[in-house]
Amino acid sequence: MQISRSIYMRRAVFSVVASLIGVVFALPLVWFIFAPFNARAELGLAIPSPFTLSNFVTVFQNSFAMHALLNSLIQAIGGVILVGGAATLAAYALSRSSIPGKGAVTYILLLFSSVVSGSAAMVPIFLIISAIGLIDTHLAVILVFAGGLLPTAMFILRDFIDAIPRSYEESAMVAGASPIQAFFDVALPVIRPGIVVVVVWAFVNIWGSFLIPFILLRKDTLMPASVAIYSFYSEAGTPIVTLLAAYSLIYSLPVIVLYLFVNWKFGFRFFGGIKS
Amino acid sequence: MKKFSLLSTRAGAVFLAPAAALVGVFVIIPFFWVIVVSFTNKTLLGRTAIDPDFVGLQNYFTLFNPATFFARGQFGFSLILTVQFVLFSALIGQALLGLILAWLSQSVSPTLKNFLQTAVIAAWILPEVVIGFAWFAFLDYDNGTLNMIMRGLGLPPADLLLQQPFWVIVVFNTWRGAAFSMMLFNSAFQSIPPSYFQAADVAGASSWQKLRDIALPLIRGHVVTDLILITMWTFNVFTPFLLTSGGPSYRTELLSIYTYRVAFKDFEFGRGAAVGVIIMLINLAFALVYLQIAKKKKAEAE
Amino acid sequence: MRKSIRFLLLGASAVIALSGQAMAATELNITCRCVIGGVNSSMAEWIETKVIPAFTAKMKADGKDVTVKLTQFGGADEQLTQQLALDFSSGAGADVSGFDGFLIPSFVQGGLLKPLDEIGGADVEKWDGWGHISDGTKALMSYQGKPYGIALGTDARMIFVRKDLFKKAGIDADGWQPKSWAELLDAARKLKAADPASFPLQINAGVSMGEATTMQGYWMALLGTGEQVTDESGKYIVSSQGILDTLNLYKTVYVDDKLGDQRAQMLGDGRNRTFANFRDGKTAMLIESDWFYRSVTKPGAEFAVADRDNVMTWKKMPSEQPGRGLRGQDFVTISGGTGFVINPHTDAPKESWELLSFMNSQEQLTAFQDIQPAIRIRDDVAIPNSPFLTETAKTLLPFTTARPNDANYNKVSAEIQRMTEAVVSGELTPEAAMKQYKEAVTAIVGEENTISRL
Repeated sequence: MQISRSIYMRRAVFSVVASLIGVVFALPLVWFIFAPFNARAELGLAIPSPFTLSNFVTVFQNSFAMHALLNSLIQAIGGVILVGGAATLAAYALSRSSIPGKGAVTYILLLFSSVVSGSAAMVPIFLIISAIGLIDTHLAVILVFAGGLLPTAMFILRDFIDAIPRSYEESAMVAGASPIQAFFDVALPVIRPGIVVVVVWAFVNIWGSFLIPFILLRKDTLMPASVAIYSFYSEAGTPIVTLLAAYSLIYSLPVIVLYLFVNWKFGFRFFGGIKS
Repeated sequence: MKKFSLLSTRAGAVFLAPAAALVGVFVIIPFFWVIVVSFTNKTLLGRTAIDPDFVGLQNYFTLFNPATFFARGQFGFSLILTVQFVLFSALIGQALLGLILAWLSQSVSPTLKNFLQTAVIAAWILPEVVIGFAWFAFLDYDNGTLNMIMRGLGLPPADLLLQQPFWVIVVFNTWRGAAFSMMLFNSAFQSIPPSYFQAADVAGASSWQKLRDIALPLIRGHVVTDLILITMWTFNVFTPFLLTSGGPSYRTELLSIYTYRVAFKDFEFGRGAAVGVIIMLINLAFALVYLQIAKKKKAEAE
Repeated sequence: MRKSIRFLLLGASAVIALSGQAMAATELNITCRCVIGGVNSSMAEWIETKVIPAFTAKMKADGKDVTVKLTQFGGADEQLTQQLALDFSSGAGADVSGFDGFLIPSFVQGGLLKPLDEIGGADVEKWDGWGHISDGTKALMSYQGKPYGIALGTDARMIFVRKDLFKKAGIDADGWQPKSWAELLDAARKLKAADPASFPLQINAGVSMGEATTMQGYWMALLGTGEQVTDESGKYIVSSQGILDTLNLYKTVYVDDKLGDQRAQMLGDGRNRTFANFRDGKTAMLIESDWFYRSVTKPGAEFAVADRDNVMTWKKMPSEQPGRGLRGQDFVTISGGTGFVINPHTDAPKESWELLSFMNSQEQLTAFQDIQPAIRIRDDVAIPNSPFLTETAKTLLPFTTARPNDANYNKVSAEIQRMTEAVVSGELTPEAAMKQYKEAVTAIVGEENTISRL
């Protein structure tokens, strides 16, 4: 009897704590539930009366901003495919290899990428892209993102793949599969949760990134939403709160949808489980 | 000896090729450019743009110049600020909070768990510009939501952005990044066979004991991974710029913001590059420390 | 049979494609910090609806096939500078770009700009527009005597005043013209007494307002003490009574008597808050350029002042004491100028020059006046319908000055902003702030380029 009461107590306390933390986390975002639907939205929290879609109408009429959403999508999907693909292949090869110092390689690459993602490396990246002649193209943005995100993606995936015993592929090969078949048919499905994490993380990063597209793109037809959002600032440079709120909501939707979809279909797992 | 025990050497090379090419061009080359430039006084504008001088370690000496080191707006101040920021926001903030949240999630109802995780993850996945703006509105002195609540509770409103900018960005960054640690630890906990915990329950262990004696030792490797990643990310994080622009008066000028100012506003590449290299060396030091602790603990456990 | 038809078709299309290449139009790209419906909307409108169609037609009449595309840039000034610096250094970028004059020295020294006559050839010198542009305004986009671009216009700075608030404090705004800092502060104190919650005086300070702090705030005060940021030989003055007096003015306004909105000087969106203060009647005196009248407070704008013609007027900025100002003046002002430059790596130099000179022709500038009247660079372009602009140009331009044409100016300006912020936030005394300024500027320009008068 005592044991179950204390378990009950613990559960109750945990639930209260969890709810409080949840509410605190959600608080700054509450503004976004109301402001986009308020024709006179300001920085303060206010229940709009009436609820209106007029902000969205004005935003939809801004073709530059709407096209920008498409650009963000192109850059994010392109980047994600490249990162997901290249990282999985490379992490697999590294993990299953016996190259000396393979662990160090991933750590070193990780450190390098931390330098390169800072502002200091924007210049050499600009110079390299201009030398290749890719300035002002979607491809440039996709390649640069892929390069920058790969080390961390490989780091996460390698951990994941290391946790899967070789016996999986080995038994497949014993049954007659080639190593590459073993990779695609046996290992890949087990690695999939890790790939899902990398895909979501990469998408979120690219979707929200400002500096790289800003440095590499010039034509307004290529600008992604992270840059286009600044077009909702007025002549004097102040944010037009109503339009900004509406656009932000639209801008946030794809990542929310992606997360919900992935969570529902795959669930978030960081590590491979033999026990799953 | 076969290099790739499962794949043929050729297949292995093909597998590595795309990543190697991308990383080679967009990470390794820029990295070495940054190192080389850190030894020059290259700028984008002015005479030193077309005629930079090789100045050896001059940039590094200027950054660590004891006379200006602690002055606000200088490298030293930014460095100390960033170390404190990482300590509070990444280690104590995100990692600890992530751990607590993951542990809580194991023992509450699924609905509550979903609510909690959704709220925490929403903070992480929404685009930076959007949440920067949301927090700006939240903290506004005159109309912001936070002050509305404070006034509602009878407390005086707080001019947080101006009075306590450091703590604002610490809380902000913790809020922003806790999701990653939470998800990582969540997965780690879920991979521990439930039988371990059941045995502990039978023996009457408290939640804290279960965490300390069973869960933590088993996920030690993941804790290290988490710490390495979030320390590095937090050292480089730029998002607080959207909230405070490094101000007021450089009080929240983290190293990434300092580098941005030096390299992109003043266009002093040499100095900006030197800062980038120093940041990397610090990250390297942190990583080595974590790995050492992990190895030591592993040896202790065995 | 079919195979040969296929070959024929392929061959034909190849020929057509190749000849299409040979007859390809010249495409010019022009960019500026302007967005239709957003920032600097009138400039974008002017270029898109007036300049481009007229220019394309003119080129066609001359037998040339030229298309022009405007890339509207909506970010901050600084961001455009970053892009331009990167582009010009690598051969990318638009052919003609909007540009602020005070960036020219550092760009030229960095090899990022070429003189106009090098790009456009002999036509440049022969352009009849030069005859209508004064030397002073030509200098806005020149360096060491050579023009690198053409300014669109110039401006002047003054104090904008809310007559209605003055009336409430018992001062007749129409008859009032401060002749010294003491009179200015006196009026501010009377306004504060009439409305203790107000912030009667706005002199820009702080880092977040950037160059607006230096030009509209610091310079306007410093000039009143008789000094400029550099002396006649071009050396930076790093320690002087003028600097101290200016800093003490800031201290009086923001720290001692609370005549100004201290918080606004330090917040990221501070400049907008000060505009909102003026609109909402919390600030009665605000020092800004004519842009404030032309653009910020015009009807329909976010900071529009209601019933503007009856409620808003302007006054000259006084010197510290009569006769104490620059050149012994009683009143002071300073002017800047933005314009357009040509990309040094453009592959259509002649056409780019034609576009640039066309934009600055009398007809085009007059067309711009119809969209947004301003003080234009040519003397044969009238300022229509705007008594305000005509008056201010006539009154203020004769005694104006400009910022030093020096590559280090931007960095020194950043130190000036820090200095004002240190004083206004109460963190440093004027003496300590000036000392910090002296150290920083000496490190930037080298001791041989500084001079200390105190």
